[in-house]
Amino acid sequence: MAIRAVARSAGPGIERAPIGIAVAAWVIALIGFFPVLYLVATSLKTEAAAVVLPPTFIPLPGINLAPTDMPPFTFAPTFEQYQTILDRGFGPFFGRSLVAVISSSIVVLILAVPCAYALAFRMVEGWQDTLFFFISTKFLPPVGIIVPIYIIINNLQLLDNIAALLIMYTAMNLPIAIWMLRSFFEEIPPDVIQAAEVDGANVMTLITRIILPMVTPGLTATMFIGAIFAWNEFFFAVSLTATKAATVPMFMIGFVTSEGLFWAKLAAAGTMAMLPVVIAGWVAQRQLVRGLSLGAVK
Amino acid sequence: MATMTLARRRVPALPFVGALSNWSTGKTLIAPAVIYAIIVTQLPFVVTVWYSLLRWNLLRPDNVQFAGLDNYLFVITADPVFFPALINTLILTVGSVVAALVFGMLFAELVNHRYPGRGVVRTMFITPFLIMPVVSALTWKNMMLNPVFGVVDYLMQLVGLPAVDWLAQFPLVAIAGIVVWRWAPFMMLILLAGMQSLSDEIREAARMDGISGIQEFRFIVLPHLSRFIQLGSLLGSVYIVQEFDSIYMTTQGGPGTSSTNLPFLIYQVAFAKKDVGEASAVGVMVVILTIIATRYLLRILSRLSEEA
Repeated sequence: MAIRAVARSAGPGIERAPIGIAVAAWVIALIGFFPVLYLVATSLKTEAAAVVLPPTFIPLPGINLAPTDMPPFTFAPTFEQYQTILDRGFGPFFGRSLVAVISSSIVVLILAVPCAYALAFRMVEGWQDTLFFFISTKFLPPVGIIVPIYIIINNLQLLDNIAALLIMYTAMNLPIAIWMLRSFFEEIPPDVIQAAEVDGANVMTLITRIILPMVTPGLTATMFIGAIFAWNEFFFAVSLTATKAATVPMFMIGFVTSEGLFWAKLAAAGTMAMLPVVIAGWVAQRQLVRGLSLGAVK
Repeated sequence: MATMTLARRRVPALPFVGALSNWSTGKTLIAPAVIYAIIVTQLPFVVTVWYSLLRWNLLRPDNVQFAGLDNYLFVITADPVFFPALINTLILTVGSVVAALVFGMLFAELVNHRYPGRGVVRTMFITPFLIMPVVSALTWKNMMLNPVFGVVDYLMQLVGLPAVDWLAQFPLVAIAGIVVWRWAPFMMLILLAGMQSLSDEIREAARMDGISGIQEFRFIVLPHLSRFIQLGSLLGSVYIVQEFDSIYMTTQGGPGTSSTNLPFLIYQVAFAKKDVGEASAVGVMVVILTIIATRYLLRILSRLSEEA
């Protein structure tokens, strides 16, 4: 699509803003961001400090007063909750989430790259229909297929096995990857491909040696977007796993059931659960909009 | 889901296609992905349709019968939860999409100016979208909306308002709030791309002609953004219709059925009641509703990608 952000970080947008707009932007952004800040702050508190009002969110190390005697809005930070969460076996959940995300990303890559290439360069009849076929699978609500998926996975003895998540996350991210990669491939000058074809390179060599190196940033962004969705995924995790294959969101549920009243521990678990994706998203934020709009908005 | 066949449009043949590439290479390249998607998404849906015609409860596994449309009839005429869930789904989806668009527009406008720390502001705005939904639901349920220790109620009492147990008294509003918090950044990103594709000259020229800020927004920015608004609202609807995580983590559909939406209903019927037939029937109906919305969405996506 022709729409493209005109300029980059320094440039885009209208002329230097009046002070009022700058202040409003900062204030509103801080309000919207506050729950995240408060979550992280709470993760660094003792349980007693976690429920102190007025809310405290400024860590003040080195002062050891009762939570209610601290200066306004401050608390004495501690890492004890993180230690507790790690002792409760958070690690394996984290590891399984990583396995599910990385393995599904690899399968997505293997399936999506050739497909996106063929569709971007219109190597098949009905390439448009194929693209829309993929997008329509993305819009199929998971609840529309969960019952047979559950039964089939059960019959395959894959219930509570990470392979079940690998299968579903691949299907979930495949359409996004194909649409995104296609939009990156289309930016490659046709001359490059023409030249390579004249040289007689076969199509897989062409893709792996010439095309992929040219779209490395796009490829990375595509993987990031898929990883974000897979890491945060909950519905298939809660439907298809129980203990042996349970991922990070499942840790959160188990924790709520047993110790939901301990907010500081809950916050520590939540902070560790969200952090990888938040950081990945910050890094990939320039490409986020392209991924979310399936390559339609660049 | 059914393949949407779109009117094929004339596409200028790219010069390099046809010389050495050929259709059969292309087919080989797309086949693995297409087959995978068919097996994992399309065939299960066909099976869902078949299951929806069966009387089959996993608690009585040896008693499976063909039931025709009984499951659909039961859901529509006798199930006390289906219509409340349908209405909750519509309210939650439409309400959240509209509110997320309004906030997204505001955020985008605020980020589309130059001032110190704009990158930080933008990063703060998009963060809620990145937070694991399970975690954001828990954060809101406990630290923000708890009637005794929550920040929101603390602030309300500070200005003299009575304490409200949001998730018990206004569960749908509270859940919509959590959903909007998550999706407004998504709308912001799409609308911001739209705003940045509007040339500064046009806005400046209009301003030199002496129009007010509101007029500028109403007659220049908004019309330019209409396609982006359509794209955002349709993508948003397709995702928010499927909302499950925040309901599961906060209210479990309650109190009663007051915050049960269709996906959560299906989850309950399938995994608590273990009624395969009924869960499948509701699933089929959700898919049909989504197809109706999606057809419209696909038309817009194809119009956008055509301009590529």
